[in-house]
Amino acid sequence: MTTTSTKANGSGNSSMPIQERDRVTVRFAGDSGDGMQLAGNRFADATAIFGNDFSTLPDFPAEIRAPAGSLAGVSSFQISFSKHQIFTPGDEPDTLVAMNPAALKSHLSALTKGGLLVINEDAFTSGNLKKANYPSNPLSDGSLEGYRIIKAPITTAAVAAVDDLGLSNQNAERTKNFFALGLVYWLYDRDLQPTLDWIEERFGRLPNIAEANRRALFAGHSYGETTEIADAHVRVPPAVLTPGEYRTITGNQAMVLGLITAAHLTDLELFYGSYPITPASDILVELAALREYGVRTFQAEDEISAVGTAIGASYGGGLGVTGTSGPGIALKSEAINLAVMTELPLIVLDVQRSGPSTGMPTKTEQTDLLQVMYGRNGESPLCVLAAKSPGDCFYMVLEAVRLAFQFVTPVILLSDTYLANTAEPWPVPDITQLEPIDIPYRRLEQVDPEDFEPYKRDPDTLARMFIPPGLPDLQHRIGGLEKSDITGDVAYSPENHQRMTDLRAAKIAGIANFIPELEVDGPESGDLLVLSWGSTYGAVFTAVNDAREAGHEVAHAHLQYLNPFPRNLSDVVSRYEKVLIPEANTGQLRMLVRANFLVDAKGYNEVTGQPLSARLLTEAIRKLADE
Amino acid sequence: MVLQTPHAPEPVESIIPLASEDLKRKDYASDVDTRWCPGCGDYSILAQMQRGLSNLNVAPEKMVFVSGIGCSSRFPYYMNTYGMHSIHGRAPTIASGLKLARPDLMVFVITGDGDALSIGGNHLLHVLRRNMDVKIFLFNNRIYGLTKGQYSPTSELGKVTKSSPIGTTERPLNPLSVALASEATFVARTFDTDPQHLTATIEQAARHHGAAFVEILQNCNIFNDRAFADYTDRDVRNERLLYLEHGQPMLFGENEDKGLAVSATGLRVVDTDGPDAGLILSHDATRPAPDVHQLLARCQYPEMPVPMGVIRRVNAPTYGDYIDSQIEVAKFKNRQDVAQLLRGRSTWQVE
Ligand code: SF4
Repeated sequence: MTTTSTKANGSGNSSMPIQERDRVTVRFAGDSGDGMQLAGNRFADATAIFGNDFSTLPDFPAEIRAPAGSLAGVSSFQISFSKHQIFTPGDEPDTLVAMNPAALKSHLSALTKGGLLVINEDAFTSGNLKKANYPSNPLSDGSLEGYRIIKAPITTAAVAAVDDLGLSNQNAERTKNFFALGLVYWLYDRDLQPTLDWIEERFGRLPNIAEANRRALFAGHSYGETTEIADAHVRVPPAVLTPGEYRTITGNQAMVLGLITAAHLTDLELFYGSYPITPASDILVELAALREYGVRTFQAEDEISAVGTAIGASYGGGLGVTGTSGPGIALKSEAINLAVMTELPLIVLDVQRSGPSTGMPTKTEQTDLLQVMYGRNGESPLCVLAAKSPGDCFYMVLEAVRLAFQFVTPVILLSDTYLANTAEPWPVPDITQLEPIDIPYRRLEQVDPEDFEPYKRDPDTLARMFIPPGLPDLQHRIGGLEKSDITGDVAYSPENHQRMTDLRAAKIAGIANFIPELEVDGPESGDLLVLSWGSTYGAVFTAVNDAREAGHEVAHAHLQYLNPFPRNLSDVVSRYEKVLIPEANTGQLRMLVRANFLVDAKGYNEVTGQPLSARLLTEAIRKLADE
Repeated sequence: MVLQTPHAPEPVESIIPLASEDLKRKDYASDVDTRWCPGCGDYSILAQMQRGLSNLNVAPEKMVFVSGIGCSSRFPYYMNTYGMHSIHGRAPTIASGLKLARPDLMVFVITGDGDALSIGGNHLLHVLRRNMDVKIFLFNNRIYGLTKGQYSPTSELGKVTKSSPIGTTERPLNPLSVALASEATFVARTFDTDPQHLTATIEQAARHHGAAFVEILQNCNIFNDRAFADYTDRDVRNERLLYLEHGQPMLFGENEDKGLAVSATGLRVVDTDGPDAGLILSHDATRPAPDVHQLLARCQYPEMPVPMGVIRRVNAPTYGDYIDSQIEVAKFKNRQDVAQLLRGRSTWQVE
């Protein structure tokens, strides 16, 4: 065991050369009250400005405040940063910052062998050890053998640094996350300035608190500099990214920007009906602050009203959107079906979370695919899309809006907890370069009343003649009862119901002619295709590349369109001996692929509430490739 | 932040989109054949709705009827306006989204006692408390008609129906009390067999700026015939109903010989030639406190006369007024620059 000095007064040896590494993954873990999300986000900001590619993974308890020091109350934030492009927040951290025993207990098993532990030794009191179910103190009982350890008196050193500011004890202790952050900044050679700017912006009106946080940050940084922990001083050079202007973005932020941009491109009024639900609430919260863009957010009385109001807005010719997570989709199903029957454009954002029932509200999963495909009564086809990365949420929202209006149909866009909260650098799009989005009903406004029939269809898209209320001589009624082909009158005839069932299916299936074909990365045919969808893109991409580096010929294709599938999917899956479908569920896409294409696809499935592990997936790919 | 009350001229009336020519009742009738049972009270309501709208000369293309599920909810099909026959209980939600997206439209909700008070109870509370500018007409027949005769949330305790063969075991809701408790700004009651009163009430509701709630007592002659006949039959009406007029004393009886006065425990009936005649109240529909309105809503036959007409009509900004003024202020104060919004708080340049 290597234990570096824990005294802040050691003679610093910062002249020792910094080691260079390609990629580092750091995890901050502490009590929910310790400010780990804040520290992690500041680190991500500093990393963005430094120029690494990066990806983050916040992980917090569903309870707002579990008992302090308890295992249930541990909150963590992982960031992976690299000189190369990266696609995941990393499987195993190289460095774990543990602010208390519970954090150490919960996260130690993830730390890579020989990894670096930064420990707040002040928190290792007998009380806290007991809350974390430690029979003895791991700092002294030898159980941390094999890790490099920096034991720092983070709380006392932070309190000492802010001693003369006259803060309450509690406020003084709160600065410990900035001390820890300062120390980690030193370890990874990050610039303090972006964080200092942020402190000024955030706490400028509370000068005492701002000063305390600054001092704690500097104190942590000097602690690194002056303590003999130089063997841990590491630098990850900036990444070579495509030139351009970048910002940091999470999936939920990208959804918000996508919606505002879609409203801008279409010149439609944006209506967002939603009921607060983890992990989709941020979308409502952020949109509510954008009234200047004409956004009408509506915090509904329940999930059903959230979708009902969105349908009403769409029916009125607006851009009607509702956002939720899996349990909310279950409640909205009947109303979504109304939009299927009335054939109205509607956008439904499903930020999936761990289920069943309330499940694990803050954890990620891809378990709503079959729900959104089939979780409604009757034959109820609609369009399903899935974003593959935080930044991709932006583009998939635009795509959802385009298809919803072109085909006059509800579109469900799948994201998940992981995409919602994970942050990555994102090239800022140039809005003048974005494809325009056509709103066909605007052309229909000129229609001769003689030619108007609400269920007459466009021969290319099979979209019905949707016209919002307001135009004279075109009054008509729609509703949830079966519609007569063309006239839209209520109809019960067997032939008509068969025809309408077929038409609704054909309309959605026909979308395949208006979306991109599936691209394959790697050999065009051969032994093994890995087929993925949604947020697992990064992990699968990484695992496939690792398998290739290990000498396997593996192809990879990633689906963003789940219903309909790209029209060449059948052909693609038939060109390989083996098809492996990794998913954070028990095999939902696999079931669809097997049923649709009679392919004996294999699954790699994890339902842990965590993003797929690229390392374990690499092993699975290699094993299947060897078979 | 304190909500700014949008400037509101007195009295606030809803802006009715007018037709460019003089329309007749039949101009509001669609060519769809009505499918209610012969003798159903819905026919009269349909006729008076068409009459009321023609009196107001509403532009049919600017009107949308949204309904849920039930006998009454077939109503939109028979109107020559836009309409949506939606799903059970959810009409208020669809109407709300529609009205917010399209303030230029006049949006009416047609619902029933099961649709509005049972499966859609939650939405009714909230559409009223938000003062959404939609007019809600609840056809109360105290029974489930479309599903052929089960009890509803307004069926009286002990009522024998198909699903309560030895009588119900639950107390009914009073629709007006629910509406008043939900902070509704317009609350009225009328009934199917008094066409003049029905038409007048529909017109008043249409003119109200904000959420209007109208309970229409409607006879289901198939599954709950004569449910209200004890007090709505022509020969007993004057004795047993209290026709409310804002600003007028609350009098009833064949010769207006009785009136309502406040008692220690609520309202009581007094004779106009008795010692307490001076205590008879005038009806004040605009009274901000809903206290007397609640007492009126709770007047039941046979102890008390059954009130008909507008119980409450108060001015308040609508949900749409608030949100539109927020948008207006935000547009004035803040820049609208999507390109800048996409950049977020900070960006960096990769060379
Ligand atoms: S069942 Fe009753 S309410 Fe329904 S249409 Fe027949 S009479 Fe009218």
